[in-house]
Amino acid sequence: MSFVLLSLAGKYNYAIYIVLMMVGFYGVIAKRNLMKQAISLGLFSTGLFLFYISMGVVEGGTAPVWLTQDANHALKDAGPYANALTHVLILTAIVVSVSTLAVALAIIVNIQRAYGTIEEDEIRAIEEREHPEENVV
Amino acid sequence: MSFIDFHLPALVTLLPLFGGVISVVLGTLVKPRRDLSWGFALVVSWATLFLVVRLLEAVVTSATGVVTYNMGSWPGPWGIEYRVDHLNAFVLLVVAGISAVTTLFARHSVDSEIPRDRSHIFYALWMFCTCGLLGITITGDAFNVYVLLEITSLASYALIAMGKGRDRRALLAALRYLILGTIGASFILLGIGYLLMLTGTLNMADMHTTLMAIPNLESSRTVLVAFAFLLVGLSLKMALFPLHMWLPGAYTYAPSAISAFLASTATKVGVYMAFRFLYTIFGHEYSFNTIPGHNVLLACAAFAIVVPNISAIRQTEVKRLLAFSSAGQIGYMVMGFAIANQDSMTGSIVHLFNHAAMKGGMFLAVGAVIYRLGSSHLQTFDGLGKRMPFTMLAFSLGGLGLVGFPLTAGFISKWYLIKGCLVAGYWPLAVLVLAASLLAVIYVWKLIERIWFTERPEGAPEVSEAPATMQIATWMLILSSLYFGVRGEFTADLASQAASFLLEVQP
Repeated sequence: MSFVLLSLAGKYNYAIYIVLMMVGFYGVIAKRNLMKQAISLGLFSTGLFLFYISMGVVEGGTAPVWLTQDANHALKDAGPYANALTHVLILTAIVVSVSTLAVALAIIVNIQRAYGTIEEDEIRAIEEREHPEENVV
Repeated sequence: MSFIDFHLPALVTLLPLFGGVISVVLGTLVKPRRDLSWGFALVVSWATLFLVVRLLEAVVTSATGVVTYNMGSWPGPWGIEYRVDHLNAFVLLVVAGISAVTTLFARHSVDSEIPRDRSHIFYALWMFCTCGLLGITITGDAFNVYVLLEITSLASYALIAMGKGRDRRALLAALRYLILGTIGASFILLGIGYLLMLTGTLNMADMHTTLMAIPNLESSRTVLVAFAFLLVGLSLKMALFPLHMWLPGAYTYAPSAISAFLASTATKVGVYMAFRFLYTIFGHEYSFNTIPGHNVLLACAAFAIVVPNISAIRQTEVKRLLAFSSAGQIGYMVMGFAIANQDSMTGSIVHLFNHAAMKGGMFLAVGAVIYRLGSSHLQTFDGLGKRMPFTMLAFSLGGLGLVGFPLTAGFISKWYLIKGCLVAGYWPLAVLVLAASLLAVIYVWKLIERIWFTERPEGAPEVSEAPATMQIATWMLILSSLYFGVRGEFTADLASQAASFLLEVQP
């Protein structure tokens, strides 16, 4: 038990990433409101960002820039750097996630206009009334 | 010309990307915009096809069978490397070819289904989607795959949602696809992340070398987790049973031209990604011998060729029927690469091409019916053979190809697949493939009976044959599937070389 706690304490950001992702995943599956599903999807991707950011962390590492520190104003190596690659990658993924959320919201706005509701159960009821012979989506 | 030849791999993706941007600008500045947008999209898509054919030539004639290109001249594992071998080049040909032909088809269909002031945006999204699909196929960098996958997906969510003018259920289908697609892509990104943690590289070939150097690879849990995440993510993207539930809605309610385009390219590129990840990165030794990846895939594939095909029989909406049948056909391709011998992989790769041509042609024919009659309900097809004989003939020939009738392309791919099953000793699977073909006979016959052997009901609206561009596009796909059914050497040779190339990649 203490071993589990200890390894959790050392890698708590990975634990948080898993919890965040699973909370988001649960929301996407269980919530019947389309808006809540979109928010959960955002949470799901946030967990993913945390995973990538944690991956690049180096103990005592700083941002990967050269700092002018010595007397001659010469560039000096500032010592251990965090892995910039994973951070740059996740910057791209954040952009992707924001765009996805934007498209999702645009579609939800359109659904609200077309059906007058964003509750999945109500939409299903409307569709079953209109197309009784087909299964809906 | 040598400048173009040198930069060929980059141009293949950049042309549709900039084409899309220019299309938006052009459509905003110049009015009326619909014929102009269509004409511009047509030029871009055929130019892309021309570049892809040149690239294919370069690959086939090169000594090593591989063409590489360093983006921005940054070499090897540090920069993004485009890497084209036989498999890539073949899939590129499928994507660019289908895009060119469906754009030709799109003119009248888009006019009737998309609001006229939106057509330039529609074609721009289409070009972005093509750019993403070509990019996924051509790149040799794992993270690049994810980014381009999202470009493709974002464009296709919007394209599917644009079907709302015909049926508002398109919005629901697009949202469902968006949610499942994003989850799938996130799983793929997670898998890539775990691989990056282990190997410190994103270049696929480099990743493979570094992975193989890891001691006790078979007991590494990190590799196993990466494999699992990638497998689930990819299965979602290629709509492998039981993760195919987004597909029927998306293909049914999308605009007709987009249904044809996505049905014959998007899931095929998903299958291609699975090839790349399982064979090039993990290597078939790890994927299928060290851990039993093939058991999972074969089980899913076996269900995939039965369950969606049974669902297809029950459908009353023809587009939906074809969509379920697509989910079934994915099973054949997955089965081919999971058995992992020369014949089965050849079958799988050939089927990629053949199914794209047949199903693309059938979706285009349905698009023509929707253009003329405004519906793709089963009853609309009653006696349509006498009113739209050419379109319906193309549709029926495509249907025979789905069954795997001799002299059609579907026969070639099933032949190789069954041969592969028997060589590997999986004879129950060979029987299952034959039995599943009988399921296809049921729904194809249901359609053929309605089209050719039913009288047109009293009071049904008068229809004439579809416009010329629609017929030409439909017949181009159907004739190519027939041509490669009679003369299967070209596609089969290419596919078999691609298969042996993949199987050679040994630790």
